[in-house]
Amino acid sequence: MLQRLRRQIPGTVVIMWCIGIAILGIVFWGTVATLRSGKYASAQWVDLFVYGIAQGGIYALIALGYTMVYGVLRMINFAHSEVFMSGPYIGYYVALALDQAGLLNRYPVLGLGIVILVAMTVSTTIAVLLERIAYRPLRRAPRLVPLITAIGASYFLSYAFLGLFGSDLKGYPEIQALKGTWNILGVEVLRPQIVVIVAALVMLAGLYLFVRHTKTGKAMQAVAEDKDCAALMGINVDRIIVITFAIGGALAGAAGVFYALLFKQVKFNMGFFPGIKAFTSAVLGGIGNVTGAMVGGMFLGIAESLFPNLVLDGLGIPAPYQLKDALAFTLLVLVLIFRPTGILGERLAAKKA
Amino acid sequence: MALLELNNVHTYYGAIHALKGITIHVEEGEIVTLIGANGAGKSTTLNTICGILHPREGTIYLDGEPIHGLPPHEIVGRGVAQAPEGRRVFGRLNVVENLEMGAFARKDKDGIRRDMERVFALFPRLKERAKQLAGTLSGGEQQMLAIGRSLMANPRLLLLDEPSMGLAPILVEAIFETIRQINAQGTTILLVEQNALMALSVAHRGYVLETGTVVLHDTAAALRENELVRKAYLGIE
Ligand SMILES: Nc1ncnc2c1ncn2[C@@H]1O[C@H](COP(=O)(O)OP(=O)(O)OP(=O)(O)O)[C@@H](O)[C@H]1O
Ligand SMILES: [Mg+2]
Repeated sequence: MLQRLRRQIPGTVVIMWCIGIAILGIVFWGTVATLRSGKYASAQWVDLFVYGIAQGGIYALIALGYTMVYGVLRMINFAHSEVFMSGPYIGYYVALALDQAGLLNRYPVLGLGIVILVAMTVSTTIAVLLERIAYRPLRRAPRLVPLITAIGASYFLSYAFLGLFGSDLKGYPEIQALKGTWNILGVEVLRPQIVVIVAALVMLAGLYLFVRHTKTGKAMQAVAEDKDCAALMGINVDRIIVITFAIGGALAGAAGVFYALLFKQVKFNMGFFPGIKAFTSAVLGGIGNVTGAMVGGMFLGIAESLFPNLVLDGLGIPAPYQLKDALAFTLLVLVLIFRPTGILGERLAAKKA
Repeated sequence: MALLELNNVHTYYGAIHALKGITIHVEEGEIVTLIGANGAGKSTTLNTICGILHPREGTIYLDGEPIHGLPPHEIVGRGVAQAPEGRRVFGRLNVVENLEMGAFARKDKDGIRRDMERVFALFPRLKERAKQLAGTLSGGEQQMLAIGRSLMANPRLLLLDEPSMGLAPILVEAIFETIRQINAQGTTILLVEQNALMALSVAHRGYVLETGTVVLHDTAAALRENELVRKAYLGIE
């Protein structure tokens, strides 16, 4: 009986599951230890959680750009982190001008709206230009070629901004109306976080409805599944690909302004970490899957915010918050080991093979 | 003037010379069939007509206008639709959404609704499964969907690539009956088939392809009696 079992289940799988169970055990132990120590008040947990949602919304918005482009082109657009950076960077100069004119504080909603629109426009333009100039000529090339091009484009954009605008941190102007907190259901929440959460959720919902219920959205799904067959339907595949880059760019540009609202600064290399985290989110959720990118982004944002204090603290690790980046990638590796297709990954792919 | 005219069409896959000077024509209202062994170039011919592939040499005219330089979506816009080989339905869209994709190039809402009803009348099974994801349909149902989807473009010229492939004999009969009906409703059809017997029984004329060239071309009745066709494609001594 035992021998038959042993023959059916390969050794590596057993080892993997043991590691998995051990990790879960450690997570559980750390959590219990932290909670029992009572070191953090419940209000602090709520703060961390809300911050996690805000951060997660930003990751989700950026992750959509990675996942949708992967969907239609089967390619990771590594320059997407610079698409994310470019919007709020140009937005910074607009915000500065509005601030000096006194408009940003007199009409905060209008002012912020203008900054977001400018950022979205800039990011969209750069994303579309990237597709046109860097990726389209390589459509029929081996898959490694556009990948290397994407990495090159990423450096090019990053250093172009460095050369044009300098290497210093640029502090986003403060909006008076966003100072302090608002009371939401009895909890005091920092205002920028509320704005970011609401705006991100609205955009995520809008995108979901667009992909699922509009003709163009369905055409995007058709192109993602089978380009030649989509063309036989009368779908202009090139146009759909441009639209995909444009939407990904617009969402990343908005996410960039949200990021600047939370961290109040922009820099030429600010895209690197959010970009990699968003890419991680997309893979966590199952790359190519729109809902997956949203779920993955939220999950990573919340996990990153809660886990260091919740788990690592209880394990007696000093300065747990410093480890949040390492934690994100540990999560990625774990998911890839135990569920290579991501949380909502395609079981279809396995079926087709 | 013929509805479709291919003159000396050469198509390559990189260095592979797949079509070596194909000349065929299809008249309005006809069913024309292309028969030939595996790898003869039948699918390549259809994909060259649709603009998925472009001929390196030769011309393709639709209604007297050249279409060999156009991208596929523009050729579809001119009234050419294809149900490609191997069904290729969009697995993550449901039946109705697949049909909507077939009508992508059209703007006439009423016409689209009428054609959807027409497809459901031809394939009642699809109506029962309207909200089911296409990827979970049976092979035969997917084939019905692929044909129905190509009809949604309301094409003047319909290209069918092995519509009977992998279907039960009774379904094969039904599919060919449907092809006859579609033609009777006014659609010109270019039909690629492995099942030469069935194809020659519905078609008016036929072409026999061998390694990228047309070796025979006649009325369907004459081809049925032809020595070579009987031996090589009908399996009759
Ligand atoms: N994508 C491709 N790349 C290279 N060669 C190809 C490609 N597609 C087809 N060919 C070659 O072109 C020739 C014609 O292929 P085609 O698919 O048109 O044949 P067919 O007549 O449709 O055959 P079947 O009845 O098997 O579908 C074959 O020799 C095939 O190997
Ligand atoms: Mg074929």
